[in-house]
Amino acid sequence: MSTSHSSRAGRGPTPQAFVEHAIAASGADACLVVVRDRSSANLRWANNTLTTNGVMHAVSVTVISLVRIAGGIASGSASGAASSTAQVTALVAAADAAARASSPAEDAAGLAGDVVSADWDDPPVPTDVHVYDAFAPALGEAFGRARSADRVLYGFVNHEVTTTYLGSSTGLRLRYVQPTGHYGCTGKTADLAQSAWVGGATRDFADVDPLALDAELAQRLGWGARRVELPAGRYDTILPPTAVADLMIDAYWSAGARVAWEGESVYSRRPSGTRIGERVARPGTHLWSDPAYPGLACTPFVVATASSNTSSVFDNGLPLHRTDWIRDGELNALVQTRHSAAMTGQPVTPAIDNLVLGVDGVEGTTLDDLVAGTERGLLLTCLWYIREVDPQSLLLTGLTRDGVYLVENGEITGAVNNFRFNESPVDLLSRWTHASATVPSFSREWGEDYFSRTATPALRVPDFNMSSVSQAL
Amino acid sequence: MSGSASREIDPAFTNLPYRSLGEAALGRAAELGVDHADFRFERVRYQDLAVRDGVLQNASDREDLGFAVRVVHRGSWGFASGVVLTPEEAVRVAETAVSVAQVAAQMTSDPIELAPEPVHHATWISAYDVDPFAVPVAEKAAVLVDWTDRLRGGAAVDHAAAFLEQVLENKYYADLTGTRTTQQRVRLHPGFQAMGTAGDTFDSMASIAPPVGRGWEYVAGGSDPDGSWDWDGEVAQVPELLAEKLAAPSVEAGSYDLVVHPSNLWLTIHESIGHATELDRALGYEANYAGTSFATYDQLGTLRYGTPVMHVTGDRTHPHGLATIGYDDEGVQTQSWDIVRDGILVGYQLDRAMARMKPELNPLDGEGRSNGCAYADSPGHVPIQRMANVSLQPAPDGPSTEELIGRVERGIYVVGDKSWSIDMQRFNFQFTGQRFYRIQDGELAGQVRDVAYQATTTDFWGSMEAVGGPQTWQLGGAFNCGKAQPGQVASVSHGCPSALFRDVRILNTVSEAGH
Repeated sequence: MSTSHSSRAGRGPTPQAFVEHAIAASGADACLVVVRDRSSANLRWANNTLTTNGVMHAVSVTVISLVRIAGGIASGSASGAASSTAQVTALVAAADAAARASSPAEDAAGLAGDVVSADWDDPPVPTDVHVYDAFAPALGEAFGRARSADRVLYGFVNHEVTTTYLGSSTGLRLRYVQPTGHYGCTGKTADLAQSAWVGGATRDFADVDPLALDAELAQRLGWGARRVELPAGRYDTILPPTAVADLMIDAYWSAGARVAWEGESVYSRRPSGTRIGERVARPGTHLWSDPAYPGLACTPFVVATASSNTSSVFDNGLPLHRTDWIRDGELNALVQTRHSAAMTGQPVTPAIDNLVLGVDGVEGTTLDDLVAGTERGLLLTCLWYIREVDPQSLLLTGLTRDGVYLVENGEITGAVNNFRFNESPVDLLSRWTHASATVPSFSREWGEDYFSRTATPALRVPDFNMSSVSQAL
Repeated sequence: MSGSASREIDPAFTNLPYRSLGEAALGRAAELGVDHADFRFERVRYQDLAVRDGVLQNASDREDLGFAVRVVHRGSWGFASGVVLTPEEAVRVAETAVSVAQVAAQMTSDPIELAPEPVHHATWISAYDVDPFAVPVAEKAAVLVDWTDRLRGGAAVDHAAAFLEQVLENKYYADLTGTRTTQQRVRLHPGFQAMGTAGDTFDSMASIAPPVGRGWEYVAGGSDPDGSWDWDGEVAQVPELLAEKLAAPSVEAGSYDLVVHPSNLWLTIHESIGHATELDRALGYEANYAGTSFATYDQLGTLRYGTPVMHVTGDRTHPHGLATIGYDDEGVQTQSWDIVRDGILVGYQLDRAMARMKPELNPLDGEGRSNGCAYADSPGHVPIQRMANVSLQPAPDGPSTEELIGRVERGIYVVGDKSWSIDMQRFNFQFTGQRFYRIQDGELAGQVRDVAYQATTTDFWGSMEAVGGPQTWQLGGAFNCGKAQPGQVASVSHGCPSALFRDVRILNTVSEAGH
């Protein structure tokens, strides 16, 4: 579908018009423009009643100006909300001035050009509160069901659609529509002594049933009828896919090539060099990103509004393809800009907005199979407040949350207290003993605000370090 | 020094049509019969600079500009926001907020009520001298480049990074009761880090300078002798501190007495007191995300949080605090109050809905009043209860840090923050720091490495034997406190003195990583 680039029924110029206007207005030697049209709708509840909600719409424009100065090419950027071309003109002026006042960029490189998305002319895709037309009444029914069964529900759903337009003075005209949705619901017994959580990612909420979520929470709270207090120690532990996602995202975010090359990460070969080519995981273990992965599709080209150790504005528009970070247990690639790739002598492998962990030979194996095969151990639900303690080992600390269950002779026999853990996700990849098939997952720690597109297996780790007991319920 | 003193509301903001948009939105909400409506118009400017090894990596400007309408209608909240600055769009957004409330009413069993607040007409500007956005980027970048160049002159330093985060926040608030406030505040977070290796060991040493509610004078110096940081002194000191840290022995895990410097203790206060005394958490409204609190409401007045030397205040009025403002995002005039007195829990942080639920907490004319803790980080987000500047008070004639160290036979002195984590009810925490010094017979005996301290909140504060005097008190803080769904980020300061804790569990982080 095509639309006029000049205006949209009183809502201001189109994103494409902003792109063309910015490029025309810029006095820089080259110019990149990123326009993001984002709409979202959310519902939040606690104590079996809705608490807050919202419908938001925003259009942001980032202008990146590139100018030749003594010693190289400098970049400057300016971003802001925009609803008029005058606002975009101001952003262009600010970006041009910033570039002229800057110093030569170390990551300077030629811009991609002359690539046009077939749907470039299409308008932004919106969402609104009607995405919950079926969900909302069912949620109200779930509140009533929970209340009558002495359960208390707390939760949040969010749906947003971001339409990104990337244009450049070198001819880039790229568009991508990214729907992102997630749901999460915590259930507690009326005395607040037991807690359980279910959550996941969705693209459209057609597959999310509040009554089914409540039923699963009821089952999990039922597992807590028997309470077992266990001390700190190392336990045979089953990490469900959501907990594996929690940890693998940290492993991915720490995979910047430059800091590894300069000796500052778990992927470093000190004093200078990377561990690319080294075995860092069990054979048969694969960690990769792929913008075309079914169900986790994400932007298939680089969009960078600022340069950093892991991104470069000069790389905007570079195509993204499947990248194997770990292949058959060996570190195969790190997150590379063209600048860091030249530094490390490795291929250009920019960051991609999804992550998949897979294990060979486990097709058809489920989380339930892992439980059934465990003589005595712990089954976690999810992890929380995960922070890096030591970058050189990628030691992380964090806590279990909303359900640690005791597994005895292949069955769940009770609920256990929470723990603080200290572990390295990279180390875990060498220590797991059993895995399930890869399924869509959702990191409770990072999925909501930062990184929701993951697919991971459940892993069983024989000596997971539960450093101390947490009294939290 | 470039830039000029600026203590008036930025004309670029006051020229925007927020008053007319507000009247249009509130007028339409009133026509639709709402019980409450408020209109918030914001412009928030951000500028981030990043330098690595003497090269400017990033200089980016960002601005959030837009408005929000929030209503209470049929007992439910309705919220909507927009970015098109026309009266027609303000009316449309108001109508959307009302329609959202109508949807929400189907799922709301506890009607929303708000504590009353006097009507205010006010303009408020935070305490700063030099608007950092008025200083040329090149001048600011040159400072960061100079820092990394000088840091790399140290023999142990392989790489160095520096950054500068700057925020200029303008807000206009109006509601149906007649309150109209216009405000402006500035905050600044400069910092640097040096990285080095020794054999197969990597480590870093970062600045312990806190983020502040001040302007560029914090970096460049100004008329207030307490208003800037000794950047040159710290840049000169850090390479040697890093070299000592790389050569330091690994700590032996066990139980130690701790003397904790304010540059580390602020973060422990933030996590174990600040968040734990947010009433929305204590009442369950964050249960699905940030969590609840062990400091439940039924324990108000009886919970022994710590030893009798513990006195903690909430304060949104401290002149240079990151959470300081004149009026919050619900039009409430900000205040200061006690949270922990003589070691006992005596107060919570409130917004208007929470204050209405617990009117005995902050009574005014027989009704509950908010203590001014509502905040939204952008025009696209709904205000929620956020943290005041929560601070531990010093002992009026208390000891110096050296005197506290002198009381320790075998212990560790902790300086600077690094890693932090706490459970969802704020019981169990683990922190690291920038540097740890062994204390032997009342004196410092060199750095040790690989240290983390782990405790439970009430055990930790119950082990606090002494707090330092006012001469040890410093205001720390964070730019990036996360909370709520959808997630929001807030800035907050925490002041504290040095303090002495007995018998705290120390972990060796290398051993923790082993198996």
